[in-house]
Amino acid sequence: MTVQKRLLGWLADAALVLYFVFALFPIAWMVILSLKPANQLFSTYFSFSPTLDGYRTVLGDSEGIPFVRFFVNSLVVSVGAVLLSLLVGLPAAYASARWRFKGSENLMFTLLSFRFAPELTVIIPLFVLYQKLGLFDTYVGMVWVLQLVTLPLIVWIMRSYFADLTPELEQAALLDGYSRKQAFVKVALPLVKPGVAAVSLLAFIFAWNNFVFPLILTSSEAQTVTVGALSFLGGDRPKYNLTAAAALVSVVPPLLLALTIQRYLVRGLSFGAVKS
Amino acid sequence: MGWRPALRPYLLIVPALLLTCGILYPFGLGLYYTLFDFSASKPQPDLVRLENYTTVFTQEAFWNSAWVTVLYAVGAAVVETVLGVSVALLLHRSSVIGRVLEKILILPLMIAPVIAAIIWKLMLQPSVGVVNHLLRPFGLGGVQWTDTPTGALLSSIAVDVWVYTPFVAILALAGLRSLPTSPFEAAAVDGAGWWYTFRRLTLPMLWPYVLVAVIFRFMDSLKVFDIIYALTEGGPGDSTVVLQIRAYLEAIRFQRYSFGISYTIVLWAVVYLAAMVLVKHLGKIQRKAAEVK
Repeated sequence: MTVQKRLLGWLADAALVLYFVFALFPIAWMVILSLKPANQLFSTYFSFSPTLDGYRTVLGDSEGIPFVRFFVNSLVVSVGAVLLSLLVGLPAAYASARWRFKGSENLMFTLLSFRFAPELTVIIPLFVLYQKLGLFDTYVGMVWVLQLVTLPLIVWIMRSYFADLTPELEQAALLDGYSRKQAFVKVALPLVKPGVAAVSLLAFIFAWNNFVFPLILTSSEAQTVTVGALSFLGGDRPKYNLTAAAALVSVVPPLLLALTIQRYLVRGLSFGAVKS
Repeated sequence: MGWRPALRPYLLIVPALLLTCGILYPFGLGLYYTLFDFSASKPQPDLVRLENYTTVFTQEAFWNSAWVTVLYAVGAAVVETVLGVSVALLLHRSSVIGRVLEKILILPLMIAPVIAAIIWKLMLQPSVGVVNHLLRPFGLGGVQWTDTPTGALLSSIAVDVWVYTPFVAILALAGLRSLPTSPFEAAAVDGAGWWYTFRRLTLPMLWPYVLVAVIFRFMDSLKVFDIIYALTEGGPGDSTVVLQIRAYLEAIRFQRYSFGISYTIVLWAVVYLAAMVLVKHLGKIQRKAAEVK
């Protein structure tokens, strides 16, 4: 260990810490802002007497913004979107991993292209269509459009998990007199269970974090937290403590879930392109 | 019995196919709308064929938006790549600090981009925001972050960088951990310096992983919406009106549906072409990396 080498090691660690200050300070600052009483918002920065008033106001709907309801809406449409995607996506992923057939690759790439399509290409026609069909500002309408986010993710990642699975086990089950369906449900599915759990949570996070769909396709009944949090910024003097509290409450579910699926994130975020 | 096995994959895929059609239908409908002059004030539209597109391409507003979008996408993708790979390399040195920090690396990535923009908006407010408060001792307390054209664009790129750098970092880190050890041992025996090893070994083998991240980031930032909408709403003036924001203003705010969709179709074509070029390039890079290994 020369002096020079040790110095470089120190510098590298310092650079790393610097990046993490940049990454974590905004979150810490939101916690501070959300705990500040309204009269100390701008008088001091780092010294204040903490209070939960901001959270009480946000969760008590006292600003005329029904935040708890938006939170429940986010929960309902995100869970609904993930369940629907699992229901149609798992069989499709299994079929495309196990059999090569006409049109399967085209279908897969069509699905993948949704991931990169500008959302408004689909949303603006839907905005017109939903008004006609009565789906505007409804759970059903939101669950349907969120398939754009959740379905490609679930199909592509599950396909890579099924492809990694050796087919021998299912073939053995077939020889034992299982039907194809039983082999899928009783042999293949249990083996990829951790993958299914992880991809479901990741899809939930992306559905929860979505903003552009509820912004355009809901107005009040089915509005979600991402749009709701932005409403606190309205007015000439945005109420910083309330905005911060609303922002924090709305990031709690995704952050908690993300920490539980760390091991699966690389495959999930890259659509199966990179396996850790 | 004979025909059933051949049909089975199709039966399994039918539900997904139906759902896909449900998404493709509005897309097709949108394409169809662009051939008309459909708007809220004209519910009985006339066929105008490609007029919407010729209008788009002859508008200064479009070229301004296209320019802003490209600046944003290139800026965000480049900064995130350099920063993300650097962070991954530093974490990979696997000091004690690195292992602790790796656990919390992904936090900003899991925060909704719109919420991230809200957070930064509060922090960047010129008179009461905490960023200027912290800069005051250095005589930089009066920066008008989002109130000048250049500042607004740089601020929105900064939010993008804050959210998505971990994305590049975790893919690069996965790449670093999968590198074979023997070439590095051989280089060490030959007394190769750090820089030489990095240039000739690490980077070429790591590049396929990084490129996957770059493709995702570049394509995503071409269609950025949430961050700009919450941070600047396209302002000041039209200095941050990226293409999706322009489409939103046209279609939703001014209710010129056909014209707004035309904007998104043009953007979609650009994204599609960019994807083709990048994926082709990725194949080449992957073959090269395999040779180094």
